[in-house]
Amino acid sequence: MIARFVSLLFDGFAYGMLLFVLSVGLSVTLGMMNFVNLAHGAFAMVGGYVAIALMNRMGWPFLATLPVAFLAAALFSVVLERVLYRRLYRATDLDQSLLTIGIVFMSIAIAAYVFGTNQQPVQLPDYLRGRIVLGDFSFGVYRLFLIVSALIITGLMVIGLEYTRFGAQVRACVDNQRMARGLGLNVDYVFMMTFALGSGLAGLGGALAIEPMGLDPNFALKYLVYMLIVVAVGGLASIRGAFFTAGLLGVIDIFSKYYVPWIGGFILYLVMVGLLIWRPNGVFARR
Amino acid sequence: MKKVFAGIGGMATAMLLGLAPAQAQDTIKIGLIMSFSGQFADLGTMMDAGVKLYMKEHGDTIAGKKIEIIRKDSGAAGTAPDVAKRLAQELIVRDKVDIIAGFSLTPDALAAADVFTESKKVAVIMNAATAIITARSPYFARTSIPLPAAMGALGTWAAKTGGAKKTFTMVTNYGPGIDSEIAFQTAFKAAGGEVIGGVRFPVANPDFSAFAQQLKDSKADSVYIFVPGGEQPAALGKALAEHGVTPKTVKIFSSGELVNDEPLKSMGDAALGIISGWSYSWTHKSDTNAKFVKGINEMLNGRNPDQFAVSGYDGMQLIYKALEKTKGNADGDTLIAAMKGLAWESPRGPVSIDPETRDIVQNIYLRRVDTVNGKPQVVEFDKLDAVKDPVKLQLKADGKLNPDGTAK
Repeated sequence: MIARFVSLLFDGFAYGMLLFVLSVGLSVTLGMMNFVNLAHGAFAMVGGYVAIALMNRMGWPFLATLPVAFLAAALFSVVLERVLYRRLYRATDLDQSLLTIGIVFMSIAIAAYVFGTNQQPVQLPDYLRGRIVLGDFSFGVYRLFLIVSALIITGLMVIGLEYTRFGAQVRACVDNQRMARGLGLNVDYVFMMTFALGSGLAGLGGALAIEPMGLDPNFALKYLVYMLIVVAVGGLASIRGAFFTAGLLGVIDIFSKYYVPWIGGFILYLVMVGLLIWRPNGVFARR
Repeated sequence: MKKVFAGIGGMATAMLLGLAPAQAQDTIKIGLIMSFSGQFADLGTMMDAGVKLYMKEHGDTIAGKKIEIIRKDSGAAGTAPDVAKRLAQELIVRDKVDIIAGFSLTPDALAAADVFTESKKVAVIMNAATAIITARSPYFARTSIPLPAAMGALGTWAAKTGGAKKTFTMVTNYGPGIDSEIAFQTAFKAAGGEVIGGVRFPVANPDFSAFAQQLKDSKADSVYIFVPGGEQPAALGKALAEHGVTPKTVKIFSSGELVNDEPLKSMGDAALGIISGWSYSWTHKSDTNAKFVKGINEMLNGRNPDQFAVSGYDGMQLIYKALEKTKGNADGDTLIAAMKGLAWESPRGPVSIDPETRDIVQNIYLRRVDTVNGKPQVVEFDKLDAVKDPVKLQLKADGKLNPDGTAK
């Protein structure tokens, strides 16, 4: 009984951490920069396909592909940011949504053209597969790896945004652009870097998600709903909020699917509605 | 003089008008409604590859008529059946197609059924696999599979020969999933087995660990699995392996999707020993199949065909053979009559169209995942000849089947 409970808790939390890694970048771009970036999933997909291409075509080890996935997605996003996004920083939400959803559909078509519509098979190295058994308890190794990765990312993000000079600059630019400019901050540059960071995290999430969720061109759209839920419920611009919300949602999803499978897929949305009625700006929103 | 010109003009117009329909009669338009995008895009890719390969091998002219294909994307198949229905209407009314084919998932085919009954146009189902589909319109013919045919056979085998006593069923919660669950459970119980539980998961479900845990806690000695194509087979397979459920500990029985190439590659050795009951695998040994596999390999950069490709191929084959029989007459009633009873050698073995139900009759193979040349691969070890859909046989026995194969 306890073993089962712990096992479900663990699986759910790991699933939540995967959602967190996928969504935290969106929390940065949507929450901090106030840009409705529906193409977040497309950046995640870039990371996923880069990782797959390196592994399956060039024989790279899985772990080595992760930083490359981060960099590739970041670089790709910088190009888009310079060419397209920056023109719409002051545009309405609708314009931003239309632009970014357009990018999503184009990315799906491009991925289907280049990589085909099929699922990309992935085989992880042996040390990331299987289970660790501790008495009555047993834990999936990859899920453990996901949790550790998410914790490291959270730590780095919190430190980076709250205790470093760059973090202070980002917060200054976001809170009051004119003042920041007046103080001599290069707002353009800071925004570009912030955007690259958010998208890079998406790329990393995409690479981490291939194993449990698979990868095909539809990835760019498929998980967008979950990402938006995490950001909306967690509260914009809150790294901690995204962390706790993603963890909570993962656990709720797994528990409800285990105990009440006939409506299990639905409970997640009920909880979301309830939380948003309780706190419309997000559970962990600052204001 | 003016009148003469007017007369000549009028004649010319009349001739042109007269010619136009004559030209139109020399082409037969086929509308393909498939999921070329969305969650089941790969299914569309495979079906279409089958269609293209057949036309490449047999040309685009049959009985003196040129075949013209119009492709339509039904998008996220299964989740937006109204799209499939609208596309069918547009194809018939606006594009004036003679035949429609495709249909990736059951909801699409069911939604469009009335369109064919009303317009009297033949529709060839190239994938959607719920048993009842062909009974919803007298103009449906199917070249894929009625799921219960394969799953009933698998259920019987699992209890009688497979050594399964207590089983747990895991299916996707929509038409075909429920269809296959009932078929497997019914056959399994009839053969002396016991069903101790089951779960139906949502069509969109990114994480299967809760369900894998349920299976594990049920203490079943075997499990039956049905998931549609897309990302789910691999995700479910991995979740099971991660929870220590492999064929070594729990006997795994499934439909064909779980053991297609991509999920097998992802699951690796954890898939060894999975037993599936299905109509086609590219590993089937016959000359027809060897040629077919080669053709698809060339078309899809080395990918092997799956059941979707073979159903697309046979769907085109059925249309060509029927048109040959009617000498190019694509009128709905004539064409569907010509399709009834047609038999041919498919890459999956001998197949025919049941004259009573317009559904496909084919061999069901029992296959096991084994290591071949160092890689997990599906290997056939037993077969049942010419299996008909048990659901419609039951309907017939109950007197609920009309002479045209529709249900009362």
